[in-house]
Amino acid sequence: MTILVIAEHDNATLKGATLNTVGAALKLQAAGAGDIHVLVAGHNAAGAAQAAAQIAGVAKVLHADGAALAHGLAENVAAQVLALAAGYSHILFPATAGGRNVAPRVAAKLDVAQISDITAVVDAHTFERPIYAGNAIATVQSGDAQHVITVRTTAFDPAGSGGAAPVEPVPAAADSGKSAFVKSELAKSDRPELTAAKVIVSGGRALGSAEKFNEVITPLADKLGAAIGASRAAVDAGYAPNDWQVGQTGKIVAPQLYVAVGISGAIQHLAGMKDSKVIVAINKDPEAPIFSVADYGLEADLFQAVPELVKAL
Amino acid sequence: MKILVPVKRVVDYNVKVRVKADGTGVDIANVKMSMNPFDEIAVEEAVRLKEKGVATEVVAVSCGVAQCQETLRTAMAIGADRAILVETDEELQPLAVAKILKALVDKEQPGLVILGKQAIDDDANQTGQMLAALADWPQATFASKVEVQGEAVEVTREVDGGLEVLRLTLPAIVTTDLRLNEPRYVTLPNIMKAKKKPLETVKPADLGVDVTPRLKTLKVAEPPKRSAGIKVPDVATLVDKLKNEAKVI
Repeated sequence: MTILVIAEHDNATLKGATLNTVGAALKLQAAGAGDIHVLVAGHNAAGAAQAAAQIAGVAKVLHADGAALAHGLAENVAAQVLALAAGYSHILFPATAGGRNVAPRVAAKLDVAQISDITAVVDAHTFERPIYAGNAIATVQSGDAQHVITVRTTAFDPAGSGGAAPVEPVPAAADSGKSAFVKSELAKSDRPELTAAKVIVSGGRALGSAEKFNEVITPLADKLGAAIGASRAAVDAGYAPNDWQVGQTGKIVAPQLYVAVGISGAIQHLAGMKDSKVIVAINKDPEAPIFSVADYGLEADLFQAVPELVKAL
Repeated sequence: MKILVPVKRVVDYNVKVRVKADGTGVDIANVKMSMNPFDEIAVEEAVRLKEKGVATEVVAVSCGVAQCQETLRTAMAIGADRAILVETDEELQPLAVAKILKALVDKEQPGLVILGKQAIDDDANQTGQMLAALADWPQATFASKVEVQGEAVEVTREVDGGLEVLRLTLPAIVTTDLRLNEPRYVTLPNIMKAKKKPLETVKPADLGVDVTPRLKTLKVAEPPKRSAGIKVPDVATLVDKLKNEAKVI
């Protein structure tokens, strides 16, 4: 019963989501599963492989390096995982855009069910996962010989550092020839990553425009050293880019402090942030559902309250 | 080129579901059912490709109980040409649906299958990718733009941190994200027209697919409740509470 964790990385560095996924693997280990191996599949990814070797609790890092793996194409990464899958009882991916993209390809080829977005390990074959936007928690058990799992990263503590696992090179998968990377437009930002941030300031439709969103939200986020999030309504209206969306179908976050500005609190949004430690809501509608989950609610006009808050901090 | 669009009948997104008292599931009796919102976007995209002259036929598919016919009629009212219902009363999990769709892909030979990225009931986010694997086709998930260019399709995807563009050789699988398009409102004349469009019904066994569930749901529970906190009168009190009570700043 050995566990394989598929690392999330940008070749040079390891993404934080990998640490939480190893955190889930450690829970599995405590429930009776065996060693934890980490696969780093990339191109010129020695940096990421070295970082993976230093995660506490990892017994071995498998490093597949090839041009076909440079951009994380699902066809090639899935082929890489499948080439190694035979020895593993559990194959864990972070439930990120990358992990969600690849994991079901692996599960289908192995002819096993995938268990998506687990939030708790009950035993080596039984897991908790949210359904209906987190309005219910299902406990599911897999009867398959191998388990392909995506891990909700906010539900597991990150594994620590201080490990010194050996890095073993493995042959890299060939290119499928059916898909190609054209380009990416990734936002360059000095802010913390949304899913890893300790503080998040999120804006909603009440901001009214992209200019106002930036004018009101950014100074507060700067002051708090926060990542910026947005409600689906704000993203749909074009006030904020799509990768800022917090909610059922966007990012799931659980920071120490979540400040919701002008967000009414639709079920879909609450699904993405209700596990935050402290929630602050600023909204002028006293009936807004966001107040039902907020630790501190401020019923006020956000255009006055937020600048005032920035000044007071 | 033919486009296949699978659609799922789910609890309407405005309904707040309740967990059954005996913990066996959520109560969906007498609850409004609708087409999964991501699937509606998929149908819209396929119909737009037909209107642009890129696609020649749009075939909607649904797997599940007899009432999925209503979901298929909605798809045809948006503009799908015909529909296939794979009817069963059994619980269908993503792998089983992917196998059913693979059998239909073999039969129908579409150039493109467009699916929603996830269904808002089980939130699994698996079926499109699984179908791609079973068919050995390339995939582009979480699409916000789809452009067919001859024998290839260029897809802009919503990924963590921004956007990514992939080029896939057809036939291929695309799964939709929210901002791909805004589905049209179905009009009464189109609803009437949809009633006359062909709807074929088959059983999973006719397609040679075993749909036995692989995952057993042991229980379904309410999530831990988060209780409402307090309302603060002004910004100064808020800052004081965050500093001295919650100690988060």
